[in-house]
Amino acid sequence: MSDILLGRLDASALPWHELAIAKTGLEVISGIVGLTAALLAVLGALLVAAALTWWRLWGPLWRDWLTSLDHKKIGIMYVVLAFVMLARAVSEAGVMRLQQALGLGGGGIVTPDHFGQLFSTHGTIMIFFVAMPFITGLINYVMPLQIGARDVSFPLLNSVSLGLTAAGAALMMVSLVLQPFSTGGWSGYPPFTEAAFNPGAGPDYWIWAVTLSSLGSTLTGINFTVTLYKERCEGMHLMRMPMFCWTSLCTAILMIFAMPPLTVATGLLALDRYLGFHIFTNDGGGNMMMFANLFWLFGHPEVYILILPAFGVWNEVFSTFSGKGLFGYRALVMATMCIAILSFTVWVHHFFTMGQSADLNAIFGIATMAIGIPTGVKIYDWMLTMYKGRVRISVPMVYGIGFLFLFVLGGTTGVILANPSIDYQVHNTLFLVAHFHNMVIPGTLFGMIAGYTLWFPKAFGFRLNDRWGYRAAGLWIAGFLLAFFPLYILGLMGMPRRMVAYFEGAWLPWTLIALTGGALIGLALLCLAVQLTVSLRDRAALAVPVGDPWDGRSLEWALPAPVPAWNFPVLPVVEGRDSFMELKKNGDHLDRPRDGFADILLPRPSMVGPVIGAAGLVAGFALTWHIWWLTVLTLAVIVGAMVARGFVRDTEYTVPAAEVEARWNAWRALADASPRIRRRDEQRPANRGHAFPAAQEGEA
Amino acid sequence: MIRISLLVSGLWALSGCGLDMGLFSPAGPVAEAQRMHLWIVCALMLLVVIPIFVTIPFLLWRYRYRDGKNHASYRPDWEASWRWEVMLWSGPLVVTAALGWFLWTYTKALDPYRPLSEAPLQVQVVSYDWKWLFIYPDLGVASVDRLVLPAGQAVTLSLTSRTVMQSMLIPELAGQIYLMNGMTTHLNLSADHPGQWTGRNTQYNGDGFHRQTFRAEAMAPSDFARWAETAANAPPLDQPALAALEERGRDPDLPDTFGQVPPHLFHDLAGTATHAHHGGGQ
Repeated sequence: MSDILLGRLDASALPWHELAIAKTGLEVISGIVGLTAALLAVLGALLVAAALTWWRLWGPLWRDWLTSLDHKKIGIMYVVLAFVMLARAVSEAGVMRLQQALGLGGGGIVTPDHFGQLFSTHGTIMIFFVAMPFITGLINYVMPLQIGARDVSFPLLNSVSLGLTAAGAALMMVSLVLQPFSTGGWSGYPPFTEAAFNPGAGPDYWIWAVTLSSLGSTLTGINFTVTLYKERCEGMHLMRMPMFCWTSLCTAILMIFAMPPLTVATGLLALDRYLGFHIFTNDGGGNMMMFANLFWLFGHPEVYILILPAFGVWNEVFSTFSGKGLFGYRALVMATMCIAILSFTVWVHHFFTMGQSADLNAIFGIATMAIGIPTGVKIYDWMLTMYKGRVRISVPMVYGIGFLFLFVLGGTTGVILANPSIDYQVHNTLFLVAHFHNMVIPGTLFGMIAGYTLWFPKAFGFRLNDRWGYRAAGLWIAGFLLAFFPLYILGLMGMPRRMVAYFEGAWLPWTLIALTGGALIGLALLCLAVQLTVSLRDRAALAVPVGDPWDGRSLEWALPAPVPAWNFPVLPVVEGRDSFMELKKNGDHLDRPRDGFADILLPRPSMVGPVIGAAGLVAGFALTWHIWWLTVLTLAVIVGAMVARGFVRDTEYTVPAAEVEARWNAWRALADASPRIRRRDEQRPANRGHAFPAAQEGEA
Repeated sequence: MIRISLLVSGLWALSGCGLDMGLFSPAGPVAEAQRMHLWIVCALMLLVVIPIFVTIPFLLWRYRYRDGKNHASYRPDWEASWRWEVMLWSGPLVVTAALGWFLWTYTKALDPYRPLSEAPLQVQVVSYDWKWLFIYPDLGVASVDRLVLPAGQAVTLSLTSRTVMQSMLIPELAGQIYLMNGMTTHLNLSADHPGQWTGRNTQYNGDGFHRQTFRAEAMAPSDFARWAETAANAPPLDQPALAALEERGRDPDLPDTFGQVPPHLFHDLAGTATHAHHGGGQ
């Protein structure tokens, strides 16, 4: 029943279809909720397009951003993508919290099928299109600056990775308009997601969105790893790298090894669904346990892919705002590596309840607990970083303190879950949901927002408004507590995850508390938006053009803010850890490069990344709806773009030494005109980004 | 009316604590031991958590930045100490070793496949979308969405699914185990005293997921024997009845108790993979 032109795409995919066929009141409300979401997505896209047209920004957007191979711009675009998708996924969480608060005895605002789509898109988006782009963006922006590099090793590949990730995210947005999405959750377990049980387009959307993202992340992992091994400046030994670079390295290695099992799992599921294979099916010799193993062989390292860069941010935050070197650098490097390796040895704990032997479960349980050791060491090292320091409660530190308390509690519930005998009780319940949100919100998300606050001035030349920053941080912490701690109780009371409705009155109070927490998180997100707007308005007063607003320690703080396209006027030579801090202490941080300036080669913009991304999006869409001609066409475009790139010879452009020198002179003049400020003035307009080391304040 | 009464009971729970269900309220030796293990883990973890929670506010206060007016010691270059390092690694190591010992002991003792007595009552569980069939092979009876147990007696459940993967949980009695098509898993449990609890599927399997509950009912052995006798006279579990069970949802005309259950029924149901039926999950 497939149309040659449109495949199986028909009127039933339109966003008002659910409303059109609604029979009950609940179905009508549910249809309105779905239609509103689709309209918001379309309206948002139209508004952005209109704004770009009105201010004539299409050209600059294409030339300066989408086709740019500058790691800094690619990083910023990743973070923008993450925030956009965060807004959608938090809204979905709000609808789900409201549904569970109203769902006692049935009813509420969405149908079971709609609810299934909501938790599936929420999870898929949060993992693959919020957390992953956010960490990738932050690493992209910061890591090459910290190791004293001009760019990543493969700038074009970087742009292609962004294109593929954005394509996956866009496919998720398309599924909001041309429905339905999968109801199989973010992990998409067969046989439920097999054609036999879910023949519609839903699971296919999930397969292709996740596949696009996993391909992008694999390439990113390769790119970051090679960059960290090959692009470090002179003197930047591995053991001199800032901790953020170490955590980036571990994450990148994990990406290389952990993403392929996911690509294979979704690929095999696609073979089942499209070509009638029997790999994970009930019949024909298929076995869904294979999927569970493959998926979690990716899925468990994935949680460390998400948390390690956040740990990296926390290292920077605790040491910078304690006015003190990071305690236990070597131990932290070792702990990070331990975590990275152990992360591949624990995947079975995601299915202790699949019927394997007690011995096997016990071994995987103990391996899981073992990860608590290096993680605990990290917590202690951060505490010892504050010990005998001078702690400034800046906005990133508020997130950091919230993180320390909440993450320790999340770790505790993680240890609880690591015990198979207890896991039999709370697996698949809201206890588990509370646990992993307890790790990814205070851990990863707080870390990313702290990193965003920390490095925003570096990227844009002005600080973010502190008042709204504190408000957002407070609301995030309070909202998190209220939204997720009740779920621990509900889980221990036996409430499964993914319930659209329930019939136990005793669960109601806890779902109501969780709803208020959800509302606070919504307000926190609003505060972040206000913060950005207010900061943009007051950017003159918040400007830190000299580039070191926080009395930073690593190389990126030596550069002007915003950083010029070539990063370093002359590639630096470092002689120890925290080399910029040493220069500052000696007052040598403004010195003219000894050997003068030279021409700099930078990669030219390329349209290959956005073309592959756009073609990837259309290919994913065409595959989802069985539009074969379009699939073939877009795959041909992708291959064509790669071949065509092979013929491009002129891939770099030269920045003349004179331009680099002029820019440096301007910066030097600005620095000379901006007094070095003490930490008490950190949050005042006096802070122009020229820091006096906190460590020397006593002597001044 | 039902919704209003549920709402009232919910508000009542709001005034009290309402924590008298699930793992908070075990009714059998397995759940009892699981709860005990949970408390042990919590206690050990408090040894780690409490010092951290006390120390962080102290550090934040004692070493706060006061623009030169804080006279506590300030050592901006103090970045490493072997003595501290040894303590930092050995503390968590010791706690983890203790936790690991309990983990090993409890996991072996509470292996869901380990029978709780010499000759437990055999019950076979078959999950469908979105209902449960409980077969008593030795009694030749079966029931739908109602698991009847003799209180105080060990029970061995053998489980399979006729549809997608599911997971069966009666938190007051024991943990959960997956049910998979074409495969058999096992779960051993026992109820201390007569009572009624709600059992559920915890693995999402479509529109009827949230309604896929069953009543677990432990009764005195004499009552159980009487129930089995009555059940034996129920309608037979024949092909039409089995076909009705395979349909999604619950046919209101389907009896909830069956007599004359074919002896190898579970074996047949677990041994043959289900080809998909009816589809249309979207």
